[in-house]
Amino acid sequence: MLAFILRRLGQSILVMLVVALISFMLFRYVGDPIASMVGQDTRIAEQEMMRERLGLNDPFYVQFFNFVVNAVQGQFGISYRLQQPVMDLIISRAPATLELAFTSAILALVMGLALGVYTAIRSDGLVSRFLMTASLVGVSLPTFLIGIGLIYVFAVELGWLPSFGRGQTVDLGGWQTGFLTTSGLLSLVLPAITLSLYQMTLIMRLVRAEMMEVMRSDYIKFARARGVPQRRINYGHALKNTMVPVITITGLQLGSIIAFAVVTETVFQWPGVGLLFIQSVQVVDVPVMAAYLMLIAFVFVVINLAVDLLYHVVDPRLRVSTGTAK
Amino acid sequence: MRIATFMAATALAAGLVTSASAETVRWARSQDATTLDPHAQNLGTNHNFLHHIYETLVDRDTEGTLIPRLATEWNLKEGDDTVWVFKLREGVTFHDGSEFTAEDVVFSLERAKTEASNMRQLHADVASVSAVDDYTVEVQMEGPSPLYPNNLTNTFIMDKTWAETNDVVEVQDFAGGEDNYAVRNTNGTGPYTLASRDPDVRSVMTAYEEHWAEEAPDVAEIQYVVISEAATRVAALLSGEVDFVQDLPVQDVERLSNQGGVKIETGAENRSIYFAYRFGEEPLRSSNITDRNPFNDPLVREAIHLAVDREAIQQVVMRGQSDPTGIVVPPFVNGWTEELDAYPAPDIERARELMAEAGFPDGFTVTLDTPNNRYVNDEAISQAVAGMLSQIGVNVTLASRPVAQHSPLIQNNETDFYLLGWGVPTFDSAYNFNDLIHTKEGDYGAYNGGLYSNPELDEKIVALGTQTDLAARDAAIAEIWEAVQADRVVLPIHNQVLAYAMKDNLTLAVHPENQPRLYEMQVAE
Repeated sequence: MLAFILRRLGQSILVMLVVALISFMLFRYVGDPIASMVGQDTRIAEQEMMRERLGLNDPFYVQFFNFVVNAVQGQFGISYRLQQPVMDLIISRAPATLELAFTSAILALVMGLALGVYTAIRSDGLVSRFLMTASLVGVSLPTFLIGIGLIYVFAVELGWLPSFGRGQTVDLGGWQTGFLTTSGLLSLVLPAITLSLYQMTLIMRLVRAEMMEVMRSDYIKFARARGVPQRRINYGHALKNTMVPVITITGLQLGSIIAFAVVTETVFQWPGVGLLFIQSVQVVDVPVMAAYLMLIAFVFVVINLAVDLLYHVVDPRLRVSTGTAK
Repeated sequence: MRIATFMAATALAAGLVTSASAETVRWARSQDATTLDPHAQNLGTNHNFLHHIYETLVDRDTEGTLIPRLATEWNLKEGDDTVWVFKLREGVTFHDGSEFTAEDVVFSLERAKTEASNMRQLHADVASVSAVDDYTVEVQMEGPSPLYPNNLTNTFIMDKTWAETNDVVEVQDFAGGEDNYAVRNTNGTGPYTLASRDPDVRSVMTAYEEHWAEEAPDVAEIQYVVISEAATRVAALLSGEVDFVQDLPVQDVERLSNQGGVKIETGAENRSIYFAYRFGEEPLRSSNITDRNPFNDPLVREAIHLAVDREAIQQVVMRGQSDPTGIVVPPFVNGWTEELDAYPAPDIERARELMAEAGFPDGFTVTLDTPNNRYVNDEAISQAVAGMLSQIGVNVTLASRPVAQHSPLIQNNETDFYLLGWGVPTFDSAYNFNDLIHTKEGDYGAYNGGLYSNPELDEKIVALGTQTDLAARDAAIAEIWEAVQADRVVLPIHNQVLAYAMKDNLTLAVHPENQPRLYEMQVAE
């Protein structure tokens, strides 16, 4: 187990370095940060001076080396756009994204599981068919469209929910939370639904497929023959065995929820790291972009590690196979 | 139908509720000020925000004329046209209660001139600043600078003592990893004080009761929120969550003006959109004509001028939200005349004849570089022009990029044909001549990416900088424009139009530099 974790850690560090290199190389092609930092009436000589001060004239490897050395220490420099330390910015924006991501993930997981089980057990029912069709729409509609659609219905036409922002927040020792105020909770509804919709349908379809598969297997038939109540067969036997792929997908999807909250955050002006990233891309704010990409890579690496470990807990067969392979 | 009635009823109810507390105005725009340090960056968004908190010596009204603010009068010193004298307003206090005097002006102008300041180039000709007495400041220029006050409309005055106390005497140098106090804290003389600030999210400003203006503004509290997505910004106005929206997309203007409870104000912006060509004998890099440069032929430039249908661009691409133009300055800029602004009706027949006459009966190919996120519908304008030019055989390949990639092409002279938008912060034509028309050398021709060069014009342009006889200066400007227009140096398309959307109980005219001042907003009961 320890060797396994160490090996995975080594791989993770390698992944982080590669991400750093690739993102750093990409930034050379996203454009000239100076062009976005100044107005048209800034003289070229002034721009050249700024470029020099920001170290943009240094050779690539020097810039990369400085970047990695600083990144290891958690230093990502000063944002070109907001002129504040990037780490402070990301830390101050992280609560918004994490609260949104976890609300969405829980919504997706709970609803996805419930609907998946329901449509699997009553696969021929009218409601199930409706849900399956509706889920196709959920998978195929772009997040942006869903968000704008929800805003128009619930904010503009009905006036029930706010269309943008996080509402009032409460400071819990550096963590700005929106969970404790009415406006904070109301503001969370539309973005959380928007962000969770894709994952929800994905989990629902996955659970349904897996569950129907399991329901056809022999041990279910035997259980049924032994007279085990249908309820216990459904939830005790079948559901448990559909969980391995569901955990994998949910784990990976949690990463993508955080990473791809970008669109949802933009539509709802949700002040999280995703919005920060988009605003930074528009003005080529390289320190923020680099830090964000590193952070996302880090999240994925950690989640993958956690998922691998979770397998061992949930599925005993995997424990045995790693044991014998050693 | 029922929903519509319901909507109307709720809108009415909402209207009644807000008028009772109309003194708070929630103002949404697409981006936030990047810093509150008044001299760190030269960005319109920052200036717009800071004009509510800090003040300048002179200011510009919605007509584009200079008006007094912290300076009550200004003139060249008698007998010495290299010194500007500013008389300061008395009885002005900073938000922390300290008195405003000449010392603060001297300090601020010097601070704006330091190396880390991005406002520096506006004060490049200043030799020294000195206080004659508490309410008189003299600015010694390097030479005659008849237009210096034009450069002051965005240079804010800080409190010297406050700056010293909080260690912000120097402008923040962020290359050094600095993050100073003035980036998030303010102490100005302006009509509002900063109550709270959450960058990129929300800032609150409340009216400063000790402000020198005789009447308190109608708007007692400003809540400034950032909503970057245009559709969400408009939705927030429709749902009543914000009252005043800046950076309105043109495609929403007509729809919103038909919406009950919402008012749209439009007005000319100080920004012209134009195309520019590569000059010089050397063949174009992106063309199939490899032995010479077709753009270098005046006949070709005239043919292109005749092939472009500016009114069609206004109607179709801009949905009416632009002013077609024949010259690259809007009407409120010194040097503009109606004759210069005139443009011909499109004449494809004549344009084809000119092309044939120039030796290109079959036309030629060229790449057109266009930004796609900088000006209103910039890429769509380029597409339209490409279509129009194909009628006279000029086959355009469109290369569309974000402005961060487009702008270096122009600065490094790497483009054959490009779109650019140009504003005139000094409201004087010399600004355009310096950067767009003068040969690219030294401080001149910074955005003359096509390397147009006319030594005779260069001489006249340089002379404008130190000409203090304003009548002679205006005559020289007219002469230069005539030459530029006759030579078709650039291809002007239109001047941009700005639109602000607001609740219908609010009134605020469009500011030509896109700097709405909420202290001028009128709130009806």
